[in-house]
Amino acid sequence: MSKLFRAFLRHPSGRIGLAIISLYLIAALLGTLGLTPRDPLKLFAIDRLKPPSANYWFGTDLLGRDTFSRLMVGIKQSMIIAFSSVALATLFGTIIGLLAAWWGTLWDGILMRIMDVLLAFPAILLALLIIAIVGPGTATSVVAIAIVYTPIFARVVRGPALSLKQRDFVDAARTFGSSQPYILSRHLLLNLVAPLAVQVTLALAWALLTEAGLSFLGLGTQPPTPSLGLMLAESKNLMTQAPWLMIFPALTIMLGILGFNLTGDALRDILDPRTQRREA
Amino acid sequence: MNYVVQRLLTFPLILLGVSVLVFISIRLVPGDAITAMLGTEAGLLTPAQRAALAAYFGIDQPVWAQYLRWLTGLFQGDLGISSIYGKPVLTVILERFPLTLQLALMSMVIALSIGVPLGVFAATRNEKPSDLVVRILAMLGQSTPSFVIGVLIIYVLSVFFGVVPAMGTFTPLTVDPLASIGQLIFPAVTLGFAFAASVTRISRSAMLDVLSDDYIRTARSKGASQRSVVWRHALPNALIPVVTLSGVEFGYLLGGAVIVEQIFALPGLGRLVLDAITQRDYALVQGTVLFIAFNFLLVNLLVDLAYVALDPRIRIGGR
Repeated sequence: MSKLFRAFLRHPSGRIGLAIISLYLIAALLGTLGLTPRDPLKLFAIDRLKPPSANYWFGTDLLGRDTFSRLMVGIKQSMIIAFSSVALATLFGTIIGLLAAWWGTLWDGILMRIMDVLLAFPAILLALLIIAIVGPGTATSVVAIAIVYTPIFARVVRGPALSLKQRDFVDAARTFGSSQPYILSRHLLLNLVAPLAVQVTLALAWALLTEAGLSFLGLGTQPPTPSLGLMLAESKNLMTQAPWLMIFPALTIMLGILGFNLTGDALRDILDPRTQRREA
Repeated sequence: MNYVVQRLLTFPLILLGVSVLVFISIRLVPGDAITAMLGTEAGLLTPAQRAALAAYFGIDQPVWAQYLRWLTGLFQGDLGISSIYGKPVLTVILERFPLTLQLALMSMVIALSIGVPLGVFAATRNEKPSDLVVRILAMLGQSTPSFVIGVLIIYVLSVFFGVVPAMGTFTPLTVDPLASIGQLIFPAVTLGFAFAASVTRISRSAMLDVLSDDYIRTARSKGASQRSVVWRHALPNALIPVVTLSGVEFGYLLGGAVIVEQIFALPGLGRLVLDAITQRDYALVQGTVLFIAFNFLLVNLLVDLAYVALDPRIRIGGR
């Protein structure tokens, strides 16, 4: 494991990606603990639309709220949604993919066709449908993004699981009388960690993007809680007077996605010996 | 052939699954359609009027009966009546579709004409500084959401050029081609940007793979020029993954770019779905989502078939 980590740190993309993710996690942690330079919700009425200064590092918005502090809480919000939705998608996708491969034939057909049905919807459309049913909010965003990405994990797991199932060591384990859950978790899942790790990092990048998109449309995190997408959307009408309101959220969204993309790329290079590059 | 037949057989099956899913999910949306349709005026309706409206839109029957009725209508090209527009759903969709189709095509042209040459260029200069620059740019492009690009484009246009991109209107290509392309150029650049980045990345890696193949070495040893090796021998094979990627991406774009249409106030399919969902226009949501899923699956099917034609190995090997 430490060898892997060192290889990762030697990879330029890995180093930069990890640095960005760490920075975001620290910001998210400080945002959660309330350790922002200023209260992100407090209105400083006399300081409306102030440009960046020593007092307000990234300026203030129309209501005199501190952009920097709001971005920190926005990052926290994005991170919570991205990590929880990807965790759910990984869990359910992996279970579905493993069972489809293990049970085979009929179940494989049924489960994977259901996944195909979900994949036939453009991601944002599927998310919109779910939001229409449950109503917008943080929890809805998590569920919506999780449902969107579950089929992708199911596919990523099913393929390699099918070929692992045919391998001699699985047959051997069966002959020993190992239980099915044991074989599935020990022999199949453990060998799937590498492709899953790559997929998880890339999915985190997509989840950040989808979350920002949903909140940009006003269907994600609801005000007054700050969210990166909503901050960008609100800046649209003020962009000539207060460009900082647009530039900083835009950069924050980009940099976050970049961090996960770089990490995913580095992981793929290191974990896949053939560096087979299949873009999503 | 077995693979092609299998793909053709699952196509209607998945479409049926999509229709069931959409039908059920839209009925789980809280609130009733008639209140959503008429707003506060719904309170003025007598129970009899309400029932008559429900009967008119066919929402007074049990869900399975509604589904069957809708499904039979589907085969006759009847997707129901939109409650927002008071017109047949298919008519509303077909009014919006030209914009979405044109936007998708323009984005793809932009993406391919930038992405493929850049990818090939980077591959031929593997690990040199120019390759690194292209890779960094592609990585940045891929990490920038379309709405960030869209907002930036509007900002740059209005602050530095004093121009506001044409919004809200759309002239069909058949009426005035130049005006039509002009209206969609900035949204198309917005969508084409990230698309170009993924095309660059995939053409670069595909080209690198192909360039290390034996037949390229043979071509080189025959004395073929670098130019001929790259463009005539290597590129056709390197394009196979590019075709797949572009196909999938194009399929998504045909579903309408909800966010970009929202930014540029374009009356395309994406905003139609958004409006239909928020205003609980059951028939319109069902029809549009099915239409989008159909296009998406169709494009994917065509890409797969093209893939089979381009790469004979798949025909024998199965999936």
